[in-house]
Amino acid sequence: MGNVLVVAEHLHGKFPKTTLVSVAAGKQAASLAGGKCIAAVLGQGIDALASELAEYGVDVVAVDGAPFAHYLADAYTAAIAEIARQKDVETVIAAATAVGKDLLPRVAARLGAGMASDVTAIVDAKTFKRPMYAGNAIATVELQGTPRVVSVRVTAFDAAAKDTQKGAVEKLAIAPDPAHNRMQFVDFAETKSDRPVLTEARIVCSGGRGLKNGENFKIYLEPLCDALGAAMGASRAAVDAGFVPNDLQVGQTGKVVAPQLYIAVGISGAIQHLAGMKDSKVIVAINKDEEAPIFQIADYGLVADLFKAVPELTEEVKKLKSA
Amino acid sequence: MKIFVTVKRVPDPETVIKIASDGSNIVPDNVKWVINPFDEIAIEEALRVKEKVTGTEVVLVSIGLKAAQEQLRTGLAMGADRAILVLSEEALEPLAVARVVHKLAETEKPDLIIMGKQAIDDDSNCVGQMLAELRQWPQATFASKLELAADQKSARVTREVDGGLETLAIPLPAVVTADLRLNEPRYASLPGIMKARKKEMKEIPVADLGIDVTPRLKILKLETPPKRTGGRKVRSVQELVQVLHSEAKVI
Repeated sequence: MGNVLVVAEHLHGKFPKTTLVSVAAGKQAASLAGGKCIAAVLGQGIDALASELAEYGVDVVAVDGAPFAHYLADAYTAAIAEIARQKDVETVIAAATAVGKDLLPRVAARLGAGMASDVTAIVDAKTFKRPMYAGNAIATVELQGTPRVVSVRVTAFDAAAKDTQKGAVEKLAIAPDPAHNRMQFVDFAETKSDRPVLTEARIVCSGGRGLKNGENFKIYLEPLCDALGAAMGASRAAVDAGFVPNDLQVGQTGKVVAPQLYIAVGISGAIQHLAGMKDSKVIVAINKDEEAPIFQIADYGLVADLFKAVPELTEEVKKLKSA
Repeated sequence: MKIFVTVKRVPDPETVIKIASDGSNIVPDNVKWVINPFDEIAIEEALRVKEKVTGTEVVLVSIGLKAAQEQLRTGLAMGADRAILVLSEEALEPLAVARVVHKLAETEKPDLIIMGKQAIDDDSNCVGQMLAELRQWPQATFASKLELAADQKSARVTREVDGGLETLAIPLPAVVTADLRLNEPRYASLPGIMKARKKEMKEIPVADLGIDVTPRLKILKLETPPKRTGGRKVRSVQELVQVLHSEAKVI
């Protein structure tokens, strides 16, 4: 049958772009497999979300109840596996977000399924492309047998658009299994920011070790981000040095971004950082070391002292915007 | 308590990877092999528990070629107590690896399994989560802080998730996977290296475990990604803004 089940993640009563990307990937996989695309939404009080999801032209299965109020790997795994069984699902798909990465391998183990992570292209129903070795190799992989489980890299697919044909919404009651309700949500300390989300921003400005300390991220990089309406990122070296929190890390082991414009400030360009941003449309590098590897992939390079160049750039951008 | 830590032998992250001309694998020549960096963080975390909780035993587990002895010795030199090396000529996929560790855990009965969040060769980020499901244990992936309860029956784990930090409370036994900021791994000391030589390292052929390691994930080929070529240097901030505005049209 080739049915595809997409796990639709939501936050604050909304679907982030990453979810719409997974829906698009799910619809593509379903059409290649000649099956239906079904989307699962789990939570508490999710009628509106379920209805909104159906507008993307997918049939929706909604699991509503207190045990699903917060995402927890054990309870969600049991529910997703149950839906997959009931709906004769061949492929389970989710975005490779923190939730998708946490959940899908567990679902794969429960279903005894082969899994491909961080997929960047769907070749056919069972063949996928995915990066390995920090993006230095692209593997074409085949998942043998069914079911299959696939997480998709969010920068590699376009977001789904609303469909003229609205899907059906079905509410499914899933009795919680005590063995799968042992994890407890305590707290979510959200990083508050008025800037766009790193993985969704049109412009990203990232800082590296060249910024020297966390204070300089505030003094130099933040005003540039704000002038451009950009999200702020960082290299692993800057995170390792404790300048900024890890959720700003762009790279193979952090966030993978592909904005229209990526400005790397004081970043040398280690392999693992490049893996996280090399699909950006336009890359700018500002670094005082003209031998820095980042210049080999940058569309525009400026060899300069960032402590002079960045405030200048901020001013020029402001001038341009007010012109 | 007993802690399992998994250790994978991987190419050094600074190594430039070359792909064999037939696309079957990477060229292993001139590759420096190291402990997967996230696994080093996992070892460190286990050692910190050992320093706090008397009677803790840290057992390293690796799966792969005999050559992985080298990485296990390094982990023992850092301070782990003993090591188990499951020998497999074939590279096993995440589900098979999870089944191997699951099988070992059935007899060894660890109270906690700490792993790196992902190996930097296949970048799958799967085994910890799969293992937690096979064992029907709670999981706390991408951990940046691990606090064990005084009775060691439960833990509070802070996780690096999208947009902030999440805290979970989980009963033990459980699987925890380490993210970058969990700790700063120590180096092996000279006395540590001397002691490590005498520590137990048990080798088990994977076939002896009697588990299903049938591949479900087959790598058909590896390719070098399209190279992005550099553009040009600009001389000033003014020129940069001008080209971004009128040439690239991104601002």
